[in-house]
Amino acid sequence: MISQELVQKVLASAVSRGGDFAEIFVEDKRSSSASFDDGKVEELSSGVSKGAGIRVVVGETTGFAHTADLSEAGLMSAAEAARSVAASAGTITKTISVGPAKNHKLSNGILLPGQIGKKEKIELLERMNHIARSTSGSIKQASAGYGDSYRAILVANTDGVFATDEQIRTRIAVSVVAFGDTGMQTGYETAAFTMGFEMFNEIDVEELAKVAAERALRKLSARPAPSGTLPVVLQGGSGGILFHEACGHGLEADHIFKDSSVYKGKVGELVASPLITLVDDGTVGNQWGTALIDDEGKPSQRNVLIKDGVLTDYMWDGLRARKSKRTSSGNGRRQSYQHLPMVRMTNTYLVEGSEKPETIIENTKHGVYVARLGGGQVNTATGDFVFGMTEAYLIENGEITEPLRDANLIGNGPEVLKNIDAVADDFSITPGTCGKDGQSVPVGCGQATVRITGVTIGGTANG
Amino acid sequence: MDDLEIIAEKIVSQARPGEEIEAFVAWDEETSIRVYNSAIENLSKSQSNGVGIRIVNNHKQGFAWAGTLDPAVIDFALSEARDNASFATEDKFLGLGTPDDSSPKELNLWRDELASHSTEEKVSLALDLESRLRNSDKRIKSVESANYGDVSSIASVMTNTGMKATYRQTFSFIAANAIAVENEETQTGGGYSVGRTLSELDLDKAAQDASVRATRLLGASKPPSAKMTVLFDPQVTTTLLAIISGTLSGEAVLKGRSLFAGRIQEQVASPIVSLVDNPTNPSAFGASVYDAEGYPSRSTNLILEGALQGFLYDTYSARRAGVSTTASAVRGGYSSTPGVGARALFLTPGTAIQSELIASIENGVLVQSISGVHSGVNPISGDFSVGAEGLLIKSGALGKPVKEFTIASSLQRMLQEVVAVGNDVEWIPSVAAGVSLVVEGISISGT
Repeated sequence: MISQELVQKVLASAVSRGGDFAEIFVEDKRSSSASFDDGKVEELSSGVSKGAGIRVVVGETTGFAHTADLSEAGLMSAAEAARSVAASAGTITKTISVGPAKNHKLSNGILLPGQIGKKEKIELLERMNHIARSTSGSIKQASAGYGDSYRAILVANTDGVFATDEQIRTRIAVSVVAFGDTGMQTGYETAAFTMGFEMFNEIDVEELAKVAAERALRKLSARPAPSGTLPVVLQGGSGGILFHEACGHGLEADHIFKDSSVYKGKVGELVASPLITLVDDGTVGNQWGTALIDDEGKPSQRNVLIKDGVLTDYMWDGLRARKSKRTSSGNGRRQSYQHLPMVRMTNTYLVEGSEKPETIIENTKHGVYVARLGGGQVNTATGDFVFGMTEAYLIENGEITEPLRDANLIGNGPEVLKNIDAVADDFSITPGTCGKDGQSVPVGCGQATVRITGVTIGGTANG
Repeated sequence: MDDLEIIAEKIVSQARPGEEIEAFVAWDEETSIRVYNSAIENLSKSQSNGVGIRIVNNHKQGFAWAGTLDPAVIDFALSEARDNASFATEDKFLGLGTPDDSSPKELNLWRDELASHSTEEKVSLALDLESRLRNSDKRIKSVESANYGDVSSIASVMTNTGMKATYRQTFSFIAANAIAVENEETQTGGGYSVGRTLSELDLDKAAQDASVRATRLLGASKPPSAKMTVLFDPQVTTTLLAIISGTLSGEAVLKGRSLFAGRIQEQVASPIVSLVDNPTNPSAFGASVYDAEGYPSRSTNLILEGALQGFLYDTYSARRAGVSTTASAVRGGYSSTPGVGARALFLTPGTAIQSELIASIENGVLVQSISGVHSGVNPISGDFSVGAEGLLIKSGALGKPVKEFTIASSLQRMLQEVVAVGNDVEWIPSVAAGVSLVVEGISISGT
């Protein structure tokens, strides 16, 4: 993308007014998407985004600038803007040497987005539309979307790192509207992986469409969700977002540094039920949050955050790690070259237990069974979170009975973690997009079927 | 500005016979500053620009974008847009807009003054905000972040069907988040102020709001589950209106995704609800002289005294519905095609200030913030369930703080059960202005 010599020159300029650390992040991203809606191929879109972000760290202060101009002049002028936070009077001449280069290559067998005809991508969407609509006459609308991206990155810094990587991501989603006596209901399903078009050798898109359609249809006969506190059983793979929101964010080192996490000062303490082992792992297969290196050039790794209920460590990026004189855990991520990296999760999951999901349901007298959670949100300083149920049922006398309309669940992360009394053996991971401080990154969330002894359900019916 | 138009013109001039081309060229300059513990944490200043190209050929549409003004990359985007169009389904309503007889209003959304302020001034504003907030109350233990930001943006949209518009605006804001601690309990609250340049910012208001919102929640507990009257703070009303605006999109109606489809002239809300989208009001932060397809902005009545008046349309949805565009095309930037959206919703205010509204409520709750909006509100079914925090209202007075509860109803029911609108209009950087709103019969789910 740019030569090692130019990188060294730019970094030297970045620290020429002082500074403890400087970094250049170069990104070249090609993306394409296709959408099928309302019975038509509605839109194909292609995009190119290319540029570099340069940051200079001086004590507690970070200066940052980005540019789409990758020429030497463009990069030097970004370096000058980034170093404006450094106040040293004279010019400091420092020789910066980076390398040896660590170049990460795509593995064999990857079908690059560019190698696949647009027609083939559209056909997937047409098939999903067809299956969704033919599931029932009550399905009145369907839309399907496909997206892929190829992202080449180069990260180099004054600590000598010089790393490159190529990342391919592909996603597909289907969304339907069913119409009945009670109005309209929606169903959604998605699959997304850090891989190319070969993903469709494993993913059955027609099955996704069927799942989304059936989800909407079942909700047509749904009754209002109860209101009040009830036991909740989360189906395996349905609600990893609970752990992402309820404790993942609070374990990000930037929140710890700013006293905005309930988990500050709790390493070594019992913070969850002993059934809980929580891991963040950027190396899991081809999951949505997987990458060989993070956006600071650090190889991804598996980090155990909570072991048997005991808090073992936080997640770290380079900046926070340097302040604590330790190494980054590979959690420094950024949305694009136009953004500063910060501590972010990759694939966060609860390690599975030994119970059978059926047994957990049978042992629940009265409660709610959640088959799919939508998005969620947490206040890391208080631990209070909400997340939405998009497919849920009542549990009555140990059996799953009537479907429920969409509603939010609300609770407090640390409390919920202590109130998990069963973990099953049916682990799986689902893809999601995590938003923090205005930046979005792809993540995976995973869990096996679990039971929480009590969560507040935000419905309208008397519990 | 001229540069953008020259680039747009060059793209459009490459139209082949029978082809319609739209070029959207955007430039912006941003400053963003965050301070923490009396020092700069981050300082970033950058410019960015890009191009979005839409091509319609034989009623088939394709799109491509480039995050640069590099001519070679723009050429590539143009050829991609052309290629993409060939794969789309033919739709006779597809086509770019042609000029109508409306004329643009002068709105003065750009302040030259903004460029005259130094980075140092902006940094000291953020530092000042942080120190005011820290000293506002002894229970404010720390200020998680204090930010200053500004954006100057210019966009040019041009087509070979005669559309030509260039518009620009500036924004400047400060925002802070406070952490309040008392008896080992932590609560948080945010405050901000927005203007079009530095001199329009109100530091005191931002600091005071964050301080009060964090400290007044100290000691909060979960309320018992019940049906209650809810008083929404202006900021929360903004969020509610933004959700409702999705159901008033002509595109959603045509695609069978609006719960208001086929209900024109029906009483969809309480008679005190009158809602208009007026992006020609310069006080609105969503105001703009033109919409994203280059039509001069105009005001559209959506609900009048509870009766549904109409929907919002862009070129495509208007043609398909057989009506005129309401100039409601919006786009997220150069990397997306235009879609239909509200920009400046305004609920006709009532006469009461918030304390009078509180005095009129026997048993209720003042909701100061809601969470989980994306996961808990389904704008298609209307199901509504979100997390909330605020203060109980007992016999016309504010009472104990409450948190970790949900409020639930449906969008349809809430609109019908609006019993009062305050007079405290607040211009918020969103697609809707805020105002206090009282709604009856909402399910509170707590203990």
